[in-house]
Amino acid sequence: MSDDLEKLAALLKEEVPPPSSTAKSAALDAGMAAFEKNSENIQGSANAERPIHNRTTTGSGFLKGLKDMFEKLTPRGMMLGTASFATIALAIVITQNYDFGKPALPVATRNAIAPIDGTEDLTSNTPLKNSFAVSGNAGVDQGPQITGTVADDNAPRQNDTQTAEAFVAPQPELEEDNRARTEALVAPGSLADSVTAVAPNTLMLSAPQPSVGGLMSTSGEGAPYIEAEPQTRDQFDGEAVSPVKATLDEPVSTFSIDVDTASYSVMRRSLLNGYLPNPDSVRTEEMINYFDYNYTSPATTEQPFAPQATVMPTPWNEDTLLIHIGIQGYDIPLAERPPVNLVFLLDTSGSMNSPDKLPLLIQSFRLLLGELSEQDSVAIVTYAGSAGMALEPTPANETRKILDSLTRLSADGSTAGQAGLEQAYALAEDMLEDGETSRVILATDGDFNVGMSSTEAMKTYIEDKRESGVYLSILGFGQGNYNDALMQTLAQNGNGTAAYIDTLAEAQKVLVDQIGGALFTIAQDVKIQVEFNPAEVAEYRLIGYETRALNREDFNNDAVDAGDIGAGTQVTALYEITPVGSAAISIDPLRYSDAEPLPEGNGELAFLKLRYKLPGESTSNLIATPVNEATQPALSEDVIFSTAVASFGQLLRGDTRMGDWSFEDVLEMAQRGKGDDPFGYRAEFMRLVRLAETAQ
Amino acid sequence: MEKSSENLAAEAVGGNAEAFRSLLERHYDLMYRVAYRTLGQQADAEDLVQEICAALPKKLTSFRSDSKFESWLYRVVVNAGRDLMRKRGTQARAADGWGDVEVMRREAAVEKRENLSWLTRAMQRLSPELRETVALVLGEDMTHKQAGKALGLSEGSVSWRMSEVKKELRLMAQAEEMLK
Repeated sequence: MSDDLEKLAALLKEEVPPPSSTAKSAALDAGMAAFEKNSENIQGSANAERPIHNRTTTGSGFLKGLKDMFEKLTPRGMMLGTASFATIALAIVITQNYDFGKPALPVATRNAIAPIDGTEDLTSNTPLKNSFAVSGNAGVDQGPQITGTVADDNAPRQNDTQTAEAFVAPQPELEEDNRARTEALVAPGSLADSVTAVAPNTLMLSAPQPSVGGLMSTSGEGAPYIEAEPQTRDQFDGEAVSPVKATLDEPVSTFSIDVDTASYSVMRRSLLNGYLPNPDSVRTEEMINYFDYNYTSPATTEQPFAPQATVMPTPWNEDTLLIHIGIQGYDIPLAERPPVNLVFLLDTSGSMNSPDKLPLLIQSFRLLLGELSEQDSVAIVTYAGSAGMALEPTPANETRKILDSLTRLSADGSTAGQAGLEQAYALAEDMLEDGETSRVILATDGDFNVGMSSTEAMKTYIEDKRESGVYLSILGFGQGNYNDALMQTLAQNGNGTAAYIDTLAEAQKVLVDQIGGALFTIAQDVKIQVEFNPAEVAEYRLIGYETRALNREDFNNDAVDAGDIGAGTQVTALYEITPVGSAAISIDPLRYSDAEPLPEGNGELAFLKLRYKLPGESTSNLIATPVNEATQPALSEDVIFSTAVASFGQLLRGDTRMGDWSFEDVLEMAQRGKGDDPFGYRAEFMRLVRLAETAQ
Repeated sequence: MEKSSENLAAEAVGGNAEAFRSLLERHYDLMYRVAYRTLGQQADAEDLVQEICAALPKKLTSFRSDSKFESWLYRVVVNAGRDLMRKRGTQARAADGWGDVEVMRREAAVEKRENLSWLTRAMQRLSPELRETVALVLGEDMTHKQAGKALGLSEGSVSWRMSEVKKELRLMAQAEEMLK
């Protein structure tokens, strides 16, 4: 056995990839810069220690960490080194499938990379699974001994906060450095250009129309073919697909609306680069809600939206029906909207220093300024290493002053997210006057590395701040380091939206075309509850909204937070239902419980209830309407198109209930629902579906 | 004659920027090596070392010149690596794997590719604690006593850890034998 140890020693010594020269010089520069800064500080005030923010390391921290590790082992770690095992992993999953009757996941790679999802037995005897599981497992076993016993007489650990600041932050990534790194991560050839370009270059796939065209300027020439999704440090929190529920067991389904669109942009970015998106990054509801629909519009702000339910046959299953719920938010005419105070919290950390991040952010910002008026004011707080105010509150029509301050921004240092966030909230609260709204808009590539480190601590902080009436919206930038889970958590808990900006065209959509929705909330804590009629509906499942599920009792509890709707936005939710007596029923009735005879059906499928609060109010209003099969208007193009998007999202997620529904079917359906498509968003969607056919 | 690292460190603490630069240049590779073997990703290792470089001016004040600079530095790197791991733990990334499968795939030479693959599998089996231990004991040829010092552990703990490493390698060999 010592042979193996010798082999390990030899390989460890031999197989160290040489560091890139840019990394070395960047490190030396960073060291020298810190050295100079340090000398200055010493000359100034010798003992000035940085203030220590709320330290969140409590006794339960470690256990929590363990729990998190088990719950959220990211697929990325599992992916490494799985190439040689992929086939075997698949075989094992199939075996399990037969043994335990688990639903089969059709996408082989997904099975291979996610052997641990909390539902599988970590201690399984399957040798292969062990080999995946061990690194996490062993780490957990031995964690306490190590982390507990480090008593250090040296400086590095004297001050937790200090070391965390020093070590954990992301790097100033020089552009070249970034490119080199990307190259290292990607399969033969290079993705570098398409990663760093502001408008993503289209890769030469075998798709008939390689150019993205339309909205985006493309310059892709001779970009290589990429086979596999490159590994990045993007983090996504995948939730399991909502299961099918039997109406008799659980007649009521409750969820919070979701108006984020980030998932769509992330998916687009993947497909334009020639690979399928990480299934965990796909949130079907966000893909649906990315598009503008023309649902029936409410007349006033009194009842800010009108729900509209449509029942239709399920395109991918002839034995089931779809209930399509469309909600149109009231659009505030520009002249009537209240003044708004915007505090931009801009991440200028080193990792933002690539063309698709800070420069794109600044360009997007210019677009936004055009939409604001003199009654609105803008302030800018930056964070990186230390937080600072880059622009004091300024009326939005002083364009020159604002743009000047923007051009002075540059990326350097690590990410002092917490300090920046605190400062931005304080500023936003100061600016708040009667009848106005304040909103902090956080623009970042995703890592808050300093200060409150855990998603949980950050969430608590944002929740506290929500009470002050300041909203929080997130603009995500860049790829490779994007922390989707954290951004979701922040936006959801800050009563805001999360959008992912990958191109200037996307900035145009989010910050100009949909400015009302982004800045003006017309209803808060919007929850939907659907009660199904067991006489008509045997089973149902909610499509998407996995991260937004609520408990049944939460619906009437006004203290429970839910999503907000911005002016003029639409929200769409889809249920796939299996009528009583259908061949598609998948859950058998119980043998040992008394099944009461079902009452006579009356054609009423479900009862739709919607709760919302008007902005600033604390009690909710209720809208209720029955959903009948009989009284259906003709299918609108919007309904058809949104259903096509829903089916696409499910295919990308690897949903098992799609039958033989294919990308081609999605395309055909989207074509039927395309309608006018004045800005070309739907045409772009169809191009993406075609790319998905070829990207595997 | 070349100045000793300890002298350079003392001069750097005194404000000599040149001394500090030489110190960094001289030890960059050492820091990178240890970081890479612990983390298994070139980008991560480069990032970590850059952070260490940026934090070093402050930390240096706690370096006592009666001890050996390299030993002290090993410890700094190990601690930085642990902080990173712990940070990732809180963000549910603790189980991040070791090695870069793309680099491995691109490797043209069969033997080298197999070696890389074996190394990756082996390191992935090891917990972060065992990885940092082998990074020093096997990678840097340290005695268990020296490694213990750098890791803040007793010599006995390091020996125990190394026996755990052997055990893991044995288990891996058995498991792979069964799959053949």
